[in-house]
Amino acid sequence: MSELVIKDLQVSVDTEDGPKEILKGVTLTIKDGETHAIMGPNGSGKSTLAYSIAGHPKYTITGGTVTLDGDDVLAMTVDERARAGLFLAMQYPVEVPGVSVSNFLRTAKTALDGEAPKLRTWVKDVNAALEQLNLDPTFGTRSVNEGFSGGEKKRHEIAQLELLNPKVAILDETDSGLDIDALKVVSEGVNRFRAQEGKGVLLITHYTRILRYIEPDFVHVFVDGKVAESGGAELAEELEANGYEKYLSAAV
Amino acid sequence: MTVTDTARESVESAVEQGPLFSHLNPPPSYDLADHPVPTGREEIWRFTPLKRLLGILDGDASDAHLTWDTTLPDGVTLTEITAEQAREIGELAPNDRPSALAAAHAGSAMLLDVPAEAEIAEPIVLRLHGDSVDDLVWGRLLVRVGRHAQATVAVVHTGSARYSAITTVLAGDASTVNVLSLQDWDDDAVHLGRDAIQVGRDATVKHTSISFGGDLVRMHANVEYAGPGGSAELLGLYFADEGQHLEHRLFADHTAPKTKSHVLYKGALQGQGAHTVWIGNVLIRKVAEGIETYEENRNLVLSDGCQADSVPNLEIETGEIEGAGHASATARFDDEQLFYLRSRGVSEKESRRLVVHGFFNDLIRKVGIPSIEAQLLETVEAELAKNVLREAD
Repeated sequence: MSELVIKDLQVSVDTEDGPKEILKGVTLTIKDGETHAIMGPNGSGKSTLAYSIAGHPKYTITGGTVTLDGDDVLAMTVDERARAGLFLAMQYPVEVPGVSVSNFLRTAKTALDGEAPKLRTWVKDVNAALEQLNLDPTFGTRSVNEGFSGGEKKRHEIAQLELLNPKVAILDETDSGLDIDALKVVSEGVNRFRAQEGKGVLLITHYTRILRYIEPDFVHVFVDGKVAESGGAELAEELEANGYEKYLSAAV
Repeated sequence: MTVTDTARESVESAVEQGPLFSHLNPPPSYDLADHPVPTGREEIWRFTPLKRLLGILDGDASDAHLTWDTTLPDGVTLTEITAEQAREIGELAPNDRPSALAAAHAGSAMLLDVPAEAEIAEPIVLRLHGDSVDDLVWGRLLVRVGRHAQATVAVVHTGSARYSAITTVLAGDASTVNVLSLQDWDDDAVHLGRDAIQVGRDATVKHTSISFGGDLVRMHANVEYAGPGGSAELLGLYFADEGQHLEHRLFADHTAPKTKSHVLYKGALQGQGAHTVWIGNVLIRKVAEGIETYEENRNLVLSDGCQADSVPNLEIETGEIEGAGHASATARFDDEQLFYLRSRGVSEKESRRLVVHGFFNDLIRKVGIPSIEAQLLETVEAELAKNVLREAD
């Protein structure tokens, strides 16, 4: 089982003019087998939510709680959160020059499992994961994210999702910058992940397009650092038709 | 500084164009009077702790020498030649006092000869070992690779000495030459080295300077072009520990059109008083139209108390070029890289190890000498074990 519970989460960042509040009390529960889509305009704090849960040092938690299966996520270090079962697919994956994808994946898998994966099955798993995401087998020899196209970076994130197989995946605008073919490939990867028993997905997106391929159980409209409205998949259709206008004017 | 006639002639004969004064690279000259004992205030000496040179700058001729252990594949010869022969062959004249002293005091010179059209697959390795820092040793080496020839030369320095050497690499037309200088000295060694490379027409040259050991190491890597179409890649890697001074000075002198220079030096520093200096200079002469150049230096600071000086320079006399650029960055660990790795469950310590390895691996795999590459990876691992891996425990 897995349950990510976010309660009244408040987060600020340091700016030149002092701390700025970005998240103003976010409450959200992602249960076993649920996919939640968070949609919102630019600057609404969607990515801040993702990075705060993952523990990025840039963000200061000023209030609220986040628990995974009852354990206090906010008390954990970044790597402890990953080992507890959280995974963040980043909007802008970071280049790590000189570290090969295969070395990176093996190191991460070893860290998560507490022991090195069995070589034979692991190589097979990696090749299969790369192939399913239309990544060339030589991809493993390239430096992590260095010189990757936008699409390759995102497909690499999803390959990691499948190989590392967390309890809860947070996908931060994984769809941005993808053409339709890449979007399908990435969506299939996410769907394979969530088809497993007891997986949660928090899918952050600006556009409704990806929701045609990854059908959410719940949709939350995120405006000005909090959830403005929640509903089912039909809420995405409404946003598709009417945009964020009514929420933005309400927030002003 | 006065530019003497000797110096002028030497520059003119070397490049067949008007004398040119680059403040970072005084005109080459064999005349010691052109290279007075520095006070430490000179632009080219201001980063170097002169006292730690242990008297090299006014050293006398000496019989001391390093022990040479060589691997010479078939077709390659290593012979002793006279100072006069060295100059006749086309040695590139000294450009600072230590190299001028080396030329003056070494007595003879060693000539490594790769004949024209020879393709030497196996690396030529010269292992130079010193017994004691009490020995003052002058070195003079010429590497001559004939036209259309291919060769890889590794000069490996170990042990200890006070060593000042002048090295010239003459890469013949359309040759492919890979030269590596590894400074793997004991802790007390002092090494002043000047490597100067003449890139023949359409030749491709790679030069890598790697400094791990020694109390003070100061290396020049200079490149000039004997004709159009030549290409030079200058690589460097250094790892300065507590109290070490490692200095690398680069000079790409674009003396011919359609030539290329690409400089990439990477260094790491750890421990109190670790000091690295990187001075890059590219001169694009008026004649050097259509050239391409890029110089880059990256330093990774692994602990407090270190100092990394990094100064890229570009002197341009013609705007008719393909491209020219430089970059320099000195930083501690990149938080974003660490975050990315840690967000995959990798511990902070292991993430740091990966990042530093990656930082160097990137360069090591460009060296192009597999046996040396493996050794370098091991050395980096050993250096890291001293600090980085321990620090985050």
